[in-house]
Amino acid sequence: MSLRKSLLGATASLAFASMAMADAHEGERGRDGQLNILYWQAITILNPYLSGGTKDLQAASMILEPLANYDEGGTLVPTLAVDIPTVANGGVSADLTSITWTLKPGLLWSDGTPVTANDAVFTWQYCTAEGGGCAQASKFDGVANVEAVDDATIKVTFAGPTPYPYNAFVANQAPIIQAAQFADCMGAKAPECTAANFGPIGTGPFVVTNFLTNDVVEYAANPNYRDPMKPAFATVTIKGGGDAAGAGRAVLETGEFDYAWNLQLAPDVIQGMMAGGKGEVISGFGTNVERLELNLSDPSAALPEAERSTIAHPHPFLSNPMVREALSIAIDRQLLVDVGYGPAGQPTCNLVPAPAIYNSDNTGCLTQDLAKAAALLDEAGFPVGGDGIRVNADGVRLSILYQTTTNAVRQDVQALVKDAWNSIGVEVELRNIDAGVFFGGDAASPDTYQRFYADVEMFTNNFEGNDPQSYLAQHTCDSMPSPDTQWQGENINRYCDAGYDALVVSMSQSTDPAERAALAIQMNDMLTKDSNVIIPLIHRGTVSARALSLGGVKLNAWDTELWNIADWYRMGE
Amino acid sequence: MLTFTIRRLLLAIPTLIFIAFVIFMLLLKAPGNPLGDIPLTIPPEVREQMRAALGLDQAWYLRFGLWLYQLGVVEPQVWFDHLFGTSFSVGQQRVISFQSRSPVFDTIGERIPQTLWVVGMSYVVGVLIALPIGIISATRQYSIFDQIGTLISMIGFSVPTFFTGVLLITIFSVNLGWFPSIYNTTLQVNDLASFGQQLRQMAMPVFVLALFNASQISRYMRASMLDNLSQDYVRTARAKGMTERVVVLKHVLRNSLIPVVTVIALGVPSVFGGAIITEQVFKVNGLGQLLIIAINGKDIPMVMTLSFVFAVLIVLFNLIADVLYGVLDPRIRYD
Repeated sequence: MSLRKSLLGATASLAFASMAMADAHEGERGRDGQLNILYWQAITILNPYLSGGTKDLQAASMILEPLANYDEGGTLVPTLAVDIPTVANGGVSADLTSITWTLKPGLLWSDGTPVTANDAVFTWQYCTAEGGGCAQASKFDGVANVEAVDDATIKVTFAGPTPYPYNAFVANQAPIIQAAQFADCMGAKAPECTAANFGPIGTGPFVVTNFLTNDVVEYAANPNYRDPMKPAFATVTIKGGGDAAGAGRAVLETGEFDYAWNLQLAPDVIQGMMAGGKGEVISGFGTNVERLELNLSDPSAALPEAERSTIAHPHPFLSNPMVREALSIAIDRQLLVDVGYGPAGQPTCNLVPAPAIYNSDNTGCLTQDLAKAAALLDEAGFPVGGDGIRVNADGVRLSILYQTTTNAVRQDVQALVKDAWNSIGVEVELRNIDAGVFFGGDAASPDTYQRFYADVEMFTNNFEGNDPQSYLAQHTCDSMPSPDTQWQGENINRYCDAGYDALVVSMSQSTDPAERAALAIQMNDMLTKDSNVIIPLIHRGTVSARALSLGGVKLNAWDTELWNIADWYRMGE
Repeated sequence: MLTFTIRRLLLAIPTLIFIAFVIFMLLLKAPGNPLGDIPLTIPPEVREQMRAALGLDQAWYLRFGLWLYQLGVVEPQVWFDHLFGTSFSVGQQRVISFQSRSPVFDTIGERIPQTLWVVGMSYVVGVLIALPIGIISATRQYSIFDQIGTLISMIGFSVPTFFTGVLLITIFSVNLGWFPSIYNTTLQVNDLASFGQQLRQMAMPVFVLALFNASQISRYMRASMLDNLSQDYVRTARAKGMTERVVVLKHVLRNSLIPVVTVIALGVPSVFGGAIITEQVFKVNGLGQLLIIAINGKDIPMVMTLSFVFAVLIVLFNLIADVLYGVLDPRIRYD
C-alpha cells in the first residue's frame, strides 16, 4: 500500500515537474475553468459609450476592444491594429491632420462575422450622434471624419494639426462596437437597446452569457477569439456589491474570489488581511495625484454672490506666494502615505507624475521643513498673534477653510495636514462634502469643487492616456469657473499667467516628443514648485488583490485592469 | 367588509400619487447629480450632453408627468402584452433607469427572488422563533428562560446587523470556512447539492436578520400575553377547572395574537424593502441594495419606482391588517 502511494506520489511530482518545464500556462482555450472577480462597485451597463464609470468600462473591456491599448508602463500597444501609426512609419500624415490604422487580418466578432473598417466608422457616428449623450464624446473631439479606405484600413481625419492623435479608438474608453448590432441604437434611441447595452458583441477574449445589472456579469470564452490558445479560463464571473473591505476579505482571507478591484483601504487593514495567506495585494501607478488646490480668489461669505470666489477679489493671503510655499513645505507627505495609503501611494511634488519622460525632478517638497515654513510666514508679514494664530498688520488672520469629499482616508489626511499647519500658526477649519455633490457640477450648488467657496480643496485628478497636453491646458486663464460660465471650467484655482498660456499654445503645436516633454515639465513646475498654486501630495496608485493561484496578472493603471485577462491563468497547486 | 375594502382601495390612489409627488420633489431638491460619479476626465460639455440625453434639461412637471404616464399607462400595457401576447406597448418608452438605461421593472424582477429567499425567509424564521419564545416568557415571567430571552432580544435588537454580519463572516467564513461570505445570485437550485449550497449561503444573512426580527416580535408577543393573562376571563377559565395548557393556548393566545398579527402584517412590506445593510454585508444584491445604489447615483426613475412600489405594499398591508382584525375579533365590524 505504502509502496503504491509513494509511487503515485513520485509520478505526480514528475508530472508537475514536466508541466512546470513546459511553462504551465500554455495550452488549449478554456483549460483553467472558472475565474471569479469581485468589483465592490457593481457593474451597471456594458456599453462604455453610455457610462463614464470606471467599473463599467473595465467590465466591458473584456468584450470590446479598441485599436490600441496602453500597457502597464503606459506605452501604446496595438490590440486590433497591426501596429501603432506614427509619422515615422507613415501612419500619421506629415501635417498631423490624419492618422491611418490598419486592422489585423482575419479578425472576427464573437458572432463569427468579420470585423471591418466600417465598424470603426459606425462607432464614431454612434458616439457623435445628436441626442445620444455619449460619455466618451471627448475622445472624438477634433475628429472631422472617419472613413473606411478599404475593409482593413481606417483613416481618421482631424479638423486641424493634432500632435497627439491617439484618442479615438484607443484604450478602454473608446473601443470599437459592432455596426450590425447597434445600427438601430443611434442618438436618442441608444438607451432603448437594452439587450445590446447589456450584451455587446465584441472581439475580446470573452462574451457575456448572463448580465444582471448592478449585481453580476457572467462571461464565457469567445470561441472566435483571434488567439486559439487563449483565454485560459473557460468562464468568468464578475460579482458586484458590498464594500472594499468585504472585497479584500473575499480574496485575501476566505479565498472565495481570485481577484478584487480597487481596495482603497487603510494600510493596517490590508496588512491584517494579508495575514490570511490566500492572496496578495498588488499596486500599479498611473497619473493620479492627490493634491491640494489653493484658491487665488477671495471666497469670503461677506462678498456679494456674483463676486465671491471670482478674480474680482484676490485672496487675502493665499495670493502671496510665500504663504503658499510655507503651506506646502509644512506637510510631511511620507506620513500621509504611511497613515492613509500604504502600498497605494508615494509622496510626490509633481502634478504630472508619469510617464517618466514628463516627470520633473521636483523633489524639494518631500522633506518637511517647519522652521523654514515659519520663517517664510514671518517674512511674508504674518507674525504670530496673541492666540497663536498668525495675523498681519491689516488684521488678516491665516485662517483656512479646507474642504474635500467625504471619505475616511481623506479625513485622516485632513487631520494630519491640519496638525502641521496649526504648528506653524495657521488656523484650519475642516469640512467634507458628499462626492456626488462636490463633483456633481450643479451650477446652483454652493458646494461644488468648481465654485470653490473655501480656501483649500483636496481631491485626485489624472489624465487619460499618456499625454498630459489637455490636462495641463486646464489651467489657462480662460478656463476659470465664474458666474459667467455657470461655474464650469477646470482652472479652479483662478490661476492666470500669460506665460503659462503661451506654453499651452506651444505644446499644442509641437510634435517633437523631447520638446513636448520639456514644455510639460516647465508647465508642471510653474504650477507646483514655482508658484505652489497646486500642492501635490500623493502619487496614487491602483490597488487590487489577486489570489496566489492566479497568474499572468499585470496591474495596469493606464488602461483597464483587465487589459490582459486573455493571458491570465491558474497556477499549479 | 367588501365596501370597506373597495372604499379604502379607491382612497389609496390619491394618497399614492401624493406620496410619489413628495418623493419626486425631495429627490429634485436633494443635492447631488446623476452624473456626479463619472470621472473628472470627462469634460463639462460632454456632461451637459449626457444630462440632456437623460431628459434632465426638461421642466420638473414634464418629467414627473412622463414618469406617471409611463408607470400608469405604459407599464400595465407591457405586463398585459406579456401575459396575453398582445402588442399595445410597442414603441412606447418604459420607465428607464438613469444608470443602466434599462427598464426599471426588469431590474426589480431580477432582484425579487433573492430578497424573498433571504429577507422573506428570515422574517418567517423570525416569527416562528418569536411566537413560542414570547408565549413561554410570558407564562413563566421572570424565570431563567424569560431572563435569557430578554437578554437575547436586547442583544438582537440593539447590536447593529453590520456588526453581527461581519462577526459571523469572521467566525464562519474566515476562520471555520463553513459558509460563503458572498451570496451567489446566479445559483440555480435544481438538485440536492445546489439546494444545500443555497442553504449554506443563506444561513448567515438569514440568521442575522431573523435574530433582529425575532427579538422585536417576541417582545410584542410577551407583552400582549402578559396583558391578557391578568384579565378576568383568564381567572374565570381557570376557575372552571380548565388545564393551564387550554387556558394559555386557547384563550389567552388567541386574544393576544390580535395586536401581534397587526405588527407582523405591517412588517411584511419591509421584507420587500429589503435589508439594506445586511444585503450589503453579504452581497445579496436584493431590492435594498438596488435602492441604495439608486439613491447614491441619484437614479431618479429607479428611486421613484421602488419607493412607489413600497408605498403600494404598505398601503396594501395596512388594509390587510385591518381586514385581519375583523376576522380575528368578531367584535370589530367596519360596515
